[in-house]
Amino acid sequence: MEPLTDKGKRQKAEGRNECPRVLVDRRGALKLAALGGVSWLTPAAELLARRSADQPGGEPAQSIIFLWLAGGPSQLETFDPHPGKTIAGGTQAIATSVAGIQLAKGYERLAERMQHVALVRSVVSKEGDHERGTYAVKTGYRPNATVVHPSLGAICCHQLPVAGTEIPRHVSILETQWPSVGGLLGKQYDAFKCPDPAEKVPDITSQVADERIRRRLADLNVVEAAFARGRETAAAATMHRETVANARSMMTSKQIEAFDVQREPKAALASYGDTPFGRGCLAARRLIEVGVRCVEVNLGGWDSHVNNHELHAKLAPTLDAALSALIDDLRQRELFNKTVILCGGEFGRTPKINPLDGRDHWPHGFTMLLAGGGLRGGIALGATDPEGGRQVHDPYDVPDVHATVLSAFGIDPAHDELAPIGRPIKLSEGKPIAALLG
Amino acid sequence: MWLKNLVFSLLCLAGLTALAASLAPVHKTSQQPELRPADSVERTSSDAAQTVAELDAVFKTEWAKAGLTPAPAASDLTVARRLSLALTGTIPSLEEIRQFEDEPPGGRLERWLDAILNDRRCHDYLSERLARAFVGVQDGPFIIYRRRRFLAWLSDQLQANRPYDELVRELITDSGIWTDRPATNFITVTIKPEQEKGPDEAELAARVARAFLGVRLDCAECHDHPFQPWKQRDFQGLAAFFGQTRQQGLKGIVDGEGEYEVENRNTLAKETVVPCVPFQADLLPAEGTRRDKLAAWVTAPGNRAFSRAAVNRFWAELFGRPLVEPIDDIPSVGDPPPALDLLADDFVKHGYDLQRLIRVIAASGVFRIDSVAAEQEITSEHEAAWAAFPLTRLRPEQVVGGLLQSASLSTIDYESHILVRIGRLGSHNDFIKRYGDLGDEEFSPEGGTIPQRLLMMNGKQLQDRIGQNVVANASTHIAMLAPSDEKAIETAYLAVLTRRPTPEEARHFVAELADLSDTRSRNQRLEDLFWCLLNSTEFSWNH
Repeated sequence: MEPLTDKGKRQKAEGRNECPRVLVDRRGALKLAALGGVSWLTPAAELLARRSADQPGGEPAQSIIFLWLAGGPSQLETFDPHPGKTIAGGTQAIATSVAGIQLAKGYERLAERMQHVALVRSVVSKEGDHERGTYAVKTGYRPNATVVHPSLGAICCHQLPVAGTEIPRHVSILETQWPSVGGLLGKQYDAFKCPDPAEKVPDITSQVADERIRRRLADLNVVEAAFARGRETAAAATMHRETVANARSMMTSKQIEAFDVQREPKAALASYGDTPFGRGCLAARRLIEVGVRCVEVNLGGWDSHVNNHELHAKLAPTLDAALSALIDDLRQRELFNKTVILCGGEFGRTPKINPLDGRDHWPHGFTMLLAGGGLRGGIALGATDPEGGRQVHDPYDVPDVHATVLSAFGIDPAHDELAPIGRPIKLSEGKPIAALLG
Repeated sequence: MWLKNLVFSLLCLAGLTALAASLAPVHKTSQQPELRPADSVERTSSDAAQTVAELDAVFKTEWAKAGLTPAPAASDLTVARRLSLALTGTIPSLEEIRQFEDEPPGGRLERWLDAILNDRRCHDYLSERLARAFVGVQDGPFIIYRRRRFLAWLSDQLQANRPYDELVRELITDSGIWTDRPATNFITVTIKPEQEKGPDEAELAARVARAFLGVRLDCAECHDHPFQPWKQRDFQGLAAFFGQTRQQGLKGIVDGEGEYEVENRNTLAKETVVPCVPFQADLLPAEGTRRDKLAAWVTAPGNRAFSRAAVNRFWAELFGRPLVEPIDDIPSVGDPPPALDLLADDFVKHGYDLQRLIRVIAASGVFRIDSVAAEQEITSEHEAAWAAFPLTRLRPEQVVGGLLQSASLSTIDYESHILVRIGRLGSHNDFIKRYGDLGDEEFSPEGGTIPQRLLMMNGKQLQDRIGQNVVANASTHIAMLAPSDEKAIETAYLAVLTRRPTPEEARHFVAELADLSDTRSRNQRLEDLFWCLLNSTEFSWNH
């Protein structure tokens, strides 16, 4: 840790544009390192890299697809059924391809692929409010007034090299109230938000003909030159012109076609389910193929304070189809081991059914699903109390899930990133779940 | 709805005549209700001028010491634009620019500022800025937290120029129901109903320390501060002042009995914490409720941290960058710059008068300095030492405020037609959502993002504002009404960048328009000019 006074001086000397400049330096350094064959890997990554030398196909993960179930799905009606118990409220369970692991009825396709999937059924959080819970699960930290922590996807983007990707490397598909953010890493790590892939990516297409946009950009150079005269350094430090150029290269990049799922065969579209979420998952696969690091695909509507069973029954086919098709698709394309799938919401729901046939917020034991990325499949860790108590067998904190994902990427979770307040903050304070890591 | 639209269209068309007048280069002499006589300037001028002179002297000394030649004074229009952006979150309208330029140069910036400080837009805008420090941007608990009510109340206080120490005392100590006593939302925002917990003492302590004292004591919530003298006990002691504050049904926020307890992280045992302040304990009164005592200590004239924090925040509002970075961690720099204490002393001496503070800063040479120099290249050393006005990224509200205003030649304010204002509000909120709200961390040094650029380059909202629209859009009005290409270009520059084109720029765009015989092509080129100005560094960065 450098003393704060030095940092203060450095900030003063470099002006307020320290962040973007450091970013460029970092990216540049990473590119150089990659080109020169110099290892940019963190210690954990080296470990994993070594592991990969021993185990064929054990390379670190490259991308993450985060299926975000906004509102907080019921563990009992999804991945952690307790059939026959009072708390089940009649919800039935089905067998899966892995002996001893059951899923709730409605997840038949996923059940057939259980050997590729890991369930952590004993995730515990301290946040029972939607906004705070979302923050906790997306960032691995509890909200506080000091600093906004980066979401998991932002950390992956920040820690790993750019590698020729011209479109945003952190994407959030379908509207959600609190999309993933870069937090202390900067706005440039916020997820790029886009709607149902059946629609066009917003703001990516010029409103005018190509010839006109080129003339406009030429005109812009005239205005920029007038502004920069006598303050070239300061104007350059804003990186405004560079950002315009980057936006323009994104507009003209072939990679942008990755958003367009209509380019897929009809059968592929159908297998993901003809839903916005299904199309989102399909787009996610296309995006990681062109080097996008993190795609968040949002499926809301799980906040079942009323008519819990009915709501969950309606959502199950959407999730079941999309998640199962995604697993198949990634496996066929040999992307499965390079891609972590993470699926869950901000908390679970109460074992007790309320008078409106609903279930309320329950952060005291819920399920996160992980698959791919070299993580072990066909496993269910931990257990919630069949009688609905708060005691959880073999509990894991939310940050442990983060640490596990980061480890799959070869990123050391304990690596310190310097927060703007001058205090070091670990990428994750959790412990990687050993049972899932090879 | 079509009827409303028709009425609106007629209204707008009627307005066109007036617009033609403000487009025309002829200077008007009538119709200047906005700029009031400078009574308030005179009221405080003599000794405010003294403080301004001292402030200027402080910076001159610093620049000389650093061997820096400061940038020259900025033009009045540039300064007027800075003031509008900082205090109303928008840019001057063409209408306002014409009025401003009709004024005699001496004292017109003071009158401009007076008009702003009398404009409700200013109080609404500043209340949102302050609210981010006071209560953040989170939604907060349902029903018992009313952010909009809080904002309206705060805006009223700013309009009345309520002394800042009084305002803060009310925030810390107010009791009652959040709707009837809006200041209590400062407390209720920290309640976690789903955890069946009352006001969160630790969160309140963190807010008090950061927002009112410019101290990031919250690092000490979990451990002793790594480089500052703050101990975990300091933080807990501050939190304990809220240990008796409860939310009690229909009574709202009340003070009761009880002790503040924390869990020892090592032993997991509960420990009672007695209220104590982290510094200057002699300023803590003996009497009163815990919150009364805390409020009295925070706002005591002898508590330097309080006045410094206020000055640093308002400096940041005006410049886009705090005098001491980060905005809420002043002690981390060691000895604060002399300007901070000079202004803090003036602020205390004049009864925590926020408007005076704004006036003093705005009148100073350092605020009116240019961000560019003809004789020398501006370096980061100049910016760091305030020897040139720093370029800072405008907040989303300022960008959209500027975009919407630039598309209308007349001023959009509380006098505007209700449909104009509703339309503005809708576009405003939608744009900010897409552009990305900055949340609590408004003054963190960050650049722009690619999605922001895409939104400005290709977004429908921008196209709607620059495209052909006889009813609403400035580009169309200018194309229709400007007497010559030169005037059309000049007017576009004034409407978007609050300046006239340089000779090179004028030559370039006049040539661009010259060969266009048909109206449609000419209109399109003017639309392109608007696009270009709105997408420039100059538009998105305060300068």
